[in-house]
Amino acid sequence: MSGSLDSYLVLSGLLFAIGTFGFLGRRNAISMLMSIELMLNAVNLTVVAFGAFVKPLQTHAAVIALLVIAVAAAEATVGLAIVIAIYRNRKTPLVDEYDSMSE
Amino acid sequence: MPIGDTVPLTAIRWDDILFVVLAAMLLGSALLVVTMRDIIRCGLAMIAAFASLAGIYVLLGNPLIAATQVLVYIGAISVLVLFAIMLTQTKNAPARLVFQTQAWAAALAAVVIAAVIAISVTATTWPSAGAVAWTDTTRVAELLFSDYLLPFEVVSVLLTAAVVGGVLLARRDPDENEEDRP
Repeated sequence: MSGSLDSYLVLSGLLFAIGTFGFLGRRNAISMLMSIELMLNAVNLTVVAFGAFVKPLQTHAAVIALLVIAVAAAEATVGLAIVIAIYRNRKTPLVDEYDSMSE
Repeated sequence: MPIGDTVPLTAIRWDDILFVVLAAMLLGSALLVVTMRDIIRCGLAMIAAFASLAGIYVLLGNPLIAATQVLVYIGAISVLVLFAIMLTQTKNAPARLVFQTQAWAAALAAVVIAAVIAISVTATTWPSAGAVAWTDTTRVAELLFSDYLLPFEVVSVLLTAAVVGGVLLARRDPDENEEDRP
């Protein structure tokens, strides 16, 4: 089971689907950002799994995974700063109460 | 004394047991992240999900990515998320409704995505999907500083821009009234 690419790809697909549900379904903006992190992790798992099983891709996969992790860190920083800035204006972290951008 | 490839007295491989345990931890904690009511517990479950994913990276023969996962995700991003949660906790938290009113549509979309990925993955024959090979970290470093030098530098500029942008966005205005502060 651990020796086949299929099981890792299905695992990553399930993780991505869970992240999709969290992003679309949750009301809290920070929960949505956490779901995005889960989806980025699922993509990274796919990249690393392909690298582990397809020999010519191996080192390239590791480099790409490192770059994805760095970009995810930058995205989390800016996303959480935006959430905190909106929270300071609106006094709520719930996205369905952000119905207008100006006011 | 080295332990064998398989569990004693059975034909089950250790790798398979580790994979099943780590995958169950990963999916279980990811489900907790998206369903739990208390958002601080969601953040803690997210740490568990990141940790089990680091274990899966080791199973895939990639200890460098596993170490980076622990350092960046568990060490940095989780702390950042937990700080943001604590800064945005409202007085009447946790909110009565955890999900949007259209959460059933989100669940439907997630199930469809999972089914499409699972079916297409299992229906495809992957080329040269053999045994897992251990990744050579020295070669990763060489590649990062030769072929991938431009993306590496772009990422460093991006990180600097993100730090400056994050500070600028989250900063309080100096002329803001005292009673406006949360």
